[in-house]
Amino acid sequence: MIRSKTYKAGDLIIVFFCILLIIACLLPMLNVLARSLSSSEALIRNEVMLWPKGWNLNAYRLVLGDSKYTWSLAWTAILTVISTIVSMVMTILCAYPLTYANLKGRGFFNTLILFTMYFSAGTIPHYLLYKDLGLLNNPLVLIIPNSLSVFNMIIMRSFFYGIPASLRESAEIDGAGPIRILFNIYLPLSKPVMATLSLFYAVGRWNGFSDALMYMNIRKYHPIQLLLYNILNSITSIEVATQEGFASAPGLSATLQAATVMFATVPILMIYPWLQKYFIAGATLGAIKD
Amino acid sequence: MQQVLSHGRNRKRAVINYLSKYWTLYLMLSIPITYFIIFRYIPMTYIQIAFKKYSIIQNPWQMPWAKNNGFEYFIRAFSNRDFLYALRNTVMLNLLDLIIGFPAPIILALLLNELTFKRFKRFTQSVAYMPHFLSWIIISGLAKQLLAPSTGLVNIALNKLGFASIPFLTKPGHWVATYVFLGIWKNVGWNTIIYLAALTNINPELYEASAIDGAGRFQNIRYITLPGLRPTIVTLLILSLGHILGSEFDRPFALSNSLVSGVSNVISIFVYQYGVRGLQFSLTTAVGLFQSVISVFFLLGANAFAKKFGERGIW
Repeated sequence: MIRSKTYKAGDLIIVFFCILLIIACLLPMLNVLARSLSSSEALIRNEVMLWPKGWNLNAYRLVLGDSKYTWSLAWTAILTVISTIVSMVMTILCAYPLTYANLKGRGFFNTLILFTMYFSAGTIPHYLLYKDLGLLNNPLVLIIPNSLSVFNMIIMRSFFYGIPASLRESAEIDGAGPIRILFNIYLPLSKPVMATLSLFYAVGRWNGFSDALMYMNIRKYHPIQLLLYNILNSITSIEVATQEGFASAPGLSATLQAATVMFATVPILMIYPWLQKYFIAGATLGAIKD
Repeated sequence: MQQVLSHGRNRKRAVINYLSKYWTLYLMLSIPITYFIIFRYIPMTYIQIAFKKYSIIQNPWQMPWAKNNGFEYFIRAFSNRDFLYALRNTVMLNLLDLIIGFPAPIILALLLNELTFKRFKRFTQSVAYMPHFLSWIIISGLAKQLLAPSTGLVNIALNKLGFASIPFLTKPGHWVATYVFLGIWKNVGWNTIIYLAALTNINPELYEASAIDGAGRFQNIRYITLPGLRPTIVTLLILSLGHILGSEFDRPFALSNSLVSGVSNVISIFVYQYGVRGLQFSLTTAVGLFQSVISVFFLLGANAFAKKFGERGIW
């Protein structure tokens, strides 16, 4: 009797803790959303908590009316799509041959690849290489140098290992070559992991900015995060205006900052629920060692 | 004689047979291998710049050796105040992440595991994974708006409750706490995934047996759940120890500001400022090499240590 009561109290404490966690995760987003939809006067008076005051869409109109910002959104979207495709092709090209247990030199290739996970030359050697290859200030520098993640490749390979070898063997008996087997058996069976890894790559590119900060001086090719960084670190609207060319509107900077944050976040929040069931499976696969 | 010849012929035939079957695999693999050689191994040849006097017109092999048997730039780094601060900050922030940030997902996974309401559990997980997908720039944007001294939601609430405002992002000590907290906020949910997966591998019969023995919740955690998580915890701990001198760039760069640069400048930011912006390539390559070598040593050391205590280690 006493025990069942303590169990219930324990459960309540856990539920209470989880509710706190949910609030901690959602509250910042709700607050910024409310700020982006509020009037700048309400913001200055510190009236905005979780519900917009003086509801209006001025900040969004201003952001969408700014060609620099819309171009940056479009460019980042293009960049994300291309990078994701390149990365997935590279990941499959790397993972698939390594699943053949009888591939000669497999151990050597594995070592060659895994070593790069633990030892890196560092920022400056990479910078100097890109300089020598003519990649500095070239849009390709945002696509190619980090197109293949060893971690994601291992996830892909673990998934391929899970496909029964008997399927491959029977296809081989029917005379199918490795490429046919890849396209007809492995890829169709790997949709969940491909969705997961595409999400990882896409989110990485959408959220990434340090490569652009270091290797890309042409503002036109800056991804959205870098533009956002400049906007967030300009304190006044005049500074925002001079920094990024927004039409100056006094007092608007706070709502404007909130709106730009929402713009960069919404694409991720929109795909997140749809892909959730895939990425949990993928993240779990990453935990399997081999 | 006859036998040797036929043996040789068989071998040759086997090789041709093997290649005709699998040459496409090598063709596929050649692309990622070329990638690794160009973008991961060739940069390693540039490491020699750390020991040489950088010259823009020569390639690294032709550059003259630096003074002090080539160690000039390591000596300069260790007599550079900015670098010493960056080194201290890197170790400090990583240690705090390790001490406070590392156990957080384990505790959360244990809590989620104890939740009996399945739907509520799934909802909590969905919400808690979400911050992992936000960039550090966005998180810094959220933090700057939420934690601003007079206009942020948190401080407004504190003021209304009669407390003074807290300078979360503008005083060095507070900034460090905020930095560690935001790291937990972003990743605690996501990092539970790996532990929750490990929990499903624990044999349910153990819990049934312990129920018959009349064990309580804490005894279950102490004697069944935590031992079941041990291999996962050890693996992740080794990897974290390997990163003790590694430094992220995005997180301190996005969160820092001029008021707290004394604690927020870490090695990666030092390299960015002195190397990419300041063009002191030999000095910053030396710093990067120091960082990589120490990281490898920490990783090897932690792995050896774990193996000594009967754990599996990471390889």
